[in-house]
Amino acid sequence: MKLVLSISIGRRTAATFVAGLALLLPAVHGSAWAADPIKIGQVAALSGPSAQSGEAITRGLQVAIDEINAKGGLLGGRKIELVQRDDESNPPRGLTAARELIFKEKVAALFGGLDSPVSLAIVPLANKEKVPFIGVWAAATPITRNGANPNFVFRVSAVDEFVDTRLLKHASEKLGAKKAGLILINNPWGESNEKGLKAADAKNPNIEIVGVEKFENNDVDLVPQLTRLKQAGADVLILVGNAAPGAQVMKSRERMGWNVPVVSHWGISGGRFPELAGPTAGDAHFVQTYSFFGDLNPVGQRLMAALKNKYPDIKGPEDIFSPVGTANAYDAMHLLAKAIEKAGSTDGDAIRRSLENLGTHEGLIKTYNNPFSKDEHDALGPDDYVMVRYEGERIVPVK
Amino acid sequence: MLLISALITGLGLGSMYGLLALGFYVTYAVSNTVNFAQGSTMMLGAVIAFTFGVTLGWPMWIAIALALVLCAVWGVIVERVAVHPFVVRGSNSWLMATVALGIILENVVLFTFGKDPRGMPPSVLTTDAFYLADIKIQPLQIVIPATGLAIAICLQYVSTRTKYGKALLAVVQNADAARLMGINVTVAILAAFALSGLFAGVAGVLIAPLFTISASMGTLFGIKAFAVAILGGITNPWGVVVAGLIYGLAEASITALLGSTYTQIVTFSLVILALAIRPHGLFGQAAVKKV
Repeated sequence: MKLVLSISIGRRTAATFVAGLALLLPAVHGSAWAADPIKIGQVAALSGPSAQSGEAITRGLQVAIDEINAKGGLLGGRKIELVQRDDESNPPRGLTAARELIFKEKVAALFGGLDSPVSLAIVPLANKEKVPFIGVWAAATPITRNGANPNFVFRVSAVDEFVDTRLLKHASEKLGAKKAGLILINNPWGESNEKGLKAADAKNPNIEIVGVEKFENNDVDLVPQLTRLKQAGADVLILVGNAAPGAQVMKSRERMGWNVPVVSHWGISGGRFPELAGPTAGDAHFVQTYSFFGDLNPVGQRLMAALKNKYPDIKGPEDIFSPVGTANAYDAMHLLAKAIEKAGSTDGDAIRRSLENLGTHEGLIKTYNNPFSKDEHDALGPDDYVMVRYEGERIVPVK
Repeated sequence: MLLISALITGLGLGSMYGLLALGFYVTYAVSNTVNFAQGSTMMLGAVIAFTFGVTLGWPMWIAIALALVLCAVWGVIVERVAVHPFVVRGSNSWLMATVALGIILENVVLFTFGKDPRGMPPSVLTTDAFYLADIKIQPLQIVIPATGLAIAICLQYVSTRTKYGKALLAVVQNADAARLMGINVTVAILAAFALSGLFAGVAGVLIAPLFTISASMGTLFGIKAFAVAILGGITNPWGVVVAGLIYGLAEASITALLGSTYTQIVTFSLVILALAIRPHGLFGQAAVKKV
């Protein structure tokens, strides 16, 4: 029926229609150009054992993007659009995803995820293609200190080197420990921390490292490793690993009946650590860049309200799982937006230059004063960290 | 002390490997085929027990019973879908098909159970403890090896002393002759795969409180269990269980003595060395084909 009808419309009507369309086209194209969104990429673990971390980062980025878009976007009305890819915590997948975002989606900048090995794999690509790559979680020191000049990799997160100094300081000053046993995940992130902890140890006369043990993501029972550290005389454990394997460390420690204090890097906060580790989860003190508990600054109050509004599962600070991911990503997105506006374009090199000369920004974690410079691509330092522990499901500051 | 705690760890993990490896043994003994994805069946057991016992809040014993039954059913499905269609055509592709089915299962679990690893709530098995000369031991650490050994003993008894066991073993020697003697070959093979699934399910339920529950939790276990099955000589249930214990003990004591860096390198090298010296496994015998 339809086919017959359309033929019967006749040749003249069709011609008019085509002509009209041709007239319309440039107008449509032109307006679309002005409102063309600025695409921002995100490569993070959206599935697998660290999926929560990816979701936390997404929430921080999305709330910041909503705020920016509500104010009319950037560069005269262009909205920001987040393009997400899952790296499955797997470096080759992360690299492929980053390539796709850069070459196919033409993103103006990239955000990274929790896994340092994935970020380390993306660093050379970002520098080669001159696309700003901003880390919001992965803490391996060489991610930003990668030797490239110019360097397109920035970070609003903790840095292993500084964290390691802080962990040993906390162990010796707060807990009175003198002999540290290191229990580290067997991957590049663990290695980066082994170096960092040894360097920090050399500078800290109050504590010494008495043993180093490694574990795998799939290890069930770490009693043999922990027993070695116990025999070496460790009076504190320094833990570096993500939530699931970190929980195996805590369960093995409990099984041994060894009440040694545990000071941990923040990898354990990227999943359901309290559930996985069981009753002793609260024994681990770990580092964070931000805590949503206590009195919040105006930015914190605003973010808290926005999160509650956008994500119905968030009713209070205890519902913000993996708070560092959300906090770092939120600040990083605003810093990037500021840099794009200042650069006046989405050109990677222009954004890099304005990031290195950003001025003051009142952020969530702190008020940033020239957060980056040519030689310093890390916005946060050891003074910006807080030590926390789990109390039930809540992350609370260590008193 | 170092060695005693390694011993306890090794016995626990070793019985897990042994249990999974028994799953390889029981189907191999009856049909000369195995479900290569035993590790995913183990994962299925843990996931089902968690879903019913924790997420849905059913009584734990019902959840565990359900997990075991469903693992046995899964064993039957594996045989029907991934093994039987290939074996009747004289093809060895069941090798690949069982691996593929395991991967499918893992991905289905990933979508339905979720991507987040979960943890069993603490129970008496892990919160209670007693001390043996300064070494803390949780009840679960006794339950695991005890279950492993009990199953091996039962299997040995059933397969050598009972009519049903003898019928199972007769099938592999000569399926046609067995059929003529009134043995239902199809049922025998399905029973073997159900048992194999059941053993994996038991391992999954036992390991759940020790480990984190996720779609990928069984992969490495499955590989190690296969190494154990081969090491033990896949034709002997006792050999398989003892090989599991030896493997677990070797793993734990190498970690304790040399450090964790060397664990996988040394244990797998030892497996290769052992097989080079005894190609049919530590306790196996060369199969003699009578013509």
